[in-house]
Amino acid sequence: MHLTLHVWRQRGPGLLGGFVRYAMTDVSPDMSFLEMLDVLNQQLLARKDDPIAFDHDCREGICGACGMVINGRPHGPQRATTTCQLHMRSFSHGAELWIEPWRARAFPVIKDLVVDRGAFDRIIQAGGFITARTGSAPEANSLLVRKPDADLAMDAAACIGCGACVAACPNASAMLFVAAKVSHLGLLPQGQPERDTRVVTMVAQMDAEGFGACTNHGECMAACPKEISIDFIAQLNRDYWKAVVSRTPQAARKDGGDG
Amino acid sequence: MSESLRNDGRIWVPKKKGDTRPPHQIPEEERDYYLERLYPSYGNLAPRDIASRRAKEVCDEGRGVGPGRGGHGVYLDFRDAIARLGRPVIAERYGNLFEMYQRITGEDPFQVPMRIYPAPHYTMGGLWVDYNLMTTLDGLYAIGEANFSDHGANRLGASALMQGLADGYFILPYTIGDYLAHAKPAKVDPQHPGFRHVQGEVDEQVRRLLAASGRKTVDAFHRELGRVMWDKCGMSRNAAGLKEAIGRIGALRDEFWRDVYVGGRGEDLNQSLEHAGRVADFFEFAELMCHDALHREESCGCHFREEYQTPEGEAKRDDERFGYVAAWEFAGVGKEPVLHKEPLAFEAVHLAQRSYK
Repeated sequence: MHLTLHVWRQRGPGLLGGFVRYAMTDVSPDMSFLEMLDVLNQQLLARKDDPIAFDHDCREGICGACGMVINGRPHGPQRATTTCQLHMRSFSHGAELWIEPWRARAFPVIKDLVVDRGAFDRIIQAGGFITARTGSAPEANSLLVRKPDADLAMDAAACIGCGACVAACPNASAMLFVAAKVSHLGLLPQGQPERDTRVVTMVAQMDAEGFGACTNHGECMAACPKEISIDFIAQLNRDYWKAVVSRTPQAARKDGGDG
Repeated sequence: MSESLRNDGRIWVPKKKGDTRPPHQIPEEERDYYLERLYPSYGNLAPRDIASRRAKEVCDEGRGVGPGRGGHGVYLDFRDAIARLGRPVIAERYGNLFEMYQRITGEDPFQVPMRIYPAPHYTMGGLWVDYNLMTTLDGLYAIGEANFSDHGANRLGASALMQGLADGYFILPYTIGDYLAHAKPAKVDPQHPGFRHVQGEVDEQVRRLLAASGRKTVDAFHRELGRVMWDKCGMSRNAAGLKEAIGRIGALRDEFWRDVYVGGRGEDLNQSLEHAGRVADFFEFAELMCHDALHREESCGCHFREEYQTPEGEAKRDDERFGYVAAWEFAGVGKEPVLHKEPLAFEAVHLAQRSYK
């Protein structure tokens, strides 16, 4: 199949970027989207042009490294699919594709389609963990978890942190990401002791990174390759208000309060 | 695809060579469920080295399925499991894998059998570590799959998870803590002669790679190296092939440094340069794998030397001569690695030849 690509090229952070047009011929419908870009890069290198920089790692849809906006949609047109798992049979012969990086103030472009997602790491560092010493492995039945909670925690834990939710949101909000991470731990017994402080510190970091607020567009859920539900955002809001309203002495101390 | 699928999927190829009928048109009596036929007690759950070799064998015979490249595939069929257990049970067990398969191939495994073929996944072995998981460099620990310690000449399903957990959960909390309790962190100084030496080496490598300005891309070299390894150091090996591979890898490495085109600059993000650095390492690693495979004159797990097999085509070990771990010391690029033997002592469970028949 033949395709016309318009790819965002930007030499470095803070520099002016723009779309560059590439005509692709003989694209196999069995290629993945990233393989198609690999082929284009080989052609660019063959004529001593700078290849297109894009993030990728496992190419199995589980690592969260890849991601680009294709015709206005993060990870492209296929539901619940990362860019690496998107195949060219999803497009028709002669299609015109506009390929851009994630667009968000909190995700500055490093080069071409590569953005800096360090903001997500800093949100996790702010509270996305448990501090309890794991010690030796406990007997599996000593901490009982209800099956619906276990399943729900697993659904939240499916988040791979790719950032498509931010790219899809008109406000560039990271609420779905934060909600998934907060709920994943908040639904399990090990996450309870720090449940209140966790949600407060993670939301604070999210705001500090410059992500927008949630105004219930629901675009994040539609773009999420792991189909994380916005129900978790409701859970995040509940947890947040509960934590703020019923501050425990420990939470207050941490914020420099009256402890 | 994940090996777990073999729990319920049945593997087969057509009995006839070059049978291009779609799978549902091939009647039961014209299908060869070759793993069930050859290994009645283990069937489709035969270890992966055996299952891989048998798949290669039936494809080499011309009975492989699927389009292109001479039918490099065998069927993994869930028809019977769906009939026996119902679609919801299969969806609960393998739903995510079925979805992944459908995304890649555009075919629905609930309707048509999957087509699979063995491929390299991980390299068996890894960095040598001591009992505390420390490498030969003081203070540098290698955990999980990066080290050699837990697996032998075969990797089993989920061994990645097992080793990550075992090393991270049970060993490191004690050994690294102990190391840190004794070691005083030295002052880190970029003016240290060791640091400057390595920095000089790296700078020189980057300079050489960017200056080469040849005709072939990094990817082209990577593919060529992969082809050599696939052909000569893959599912089955022999001495002549391995010697040939070692020669070709050396020649390819020389060509790489002479004729690679990396492009771009060293100062900003340059993925082609990153790739070039990795491929440069892969040459050394590929050479070492071939050396090791040539040295080990027995068949053992996934290391299958054609010269050492039983009359039924199964792996023939030589525990007398090769009952050890081969730890190879890097002697420099293009130099023969130095062998250190670490004998394998089995105290509770003794070595035996297993039969999967």
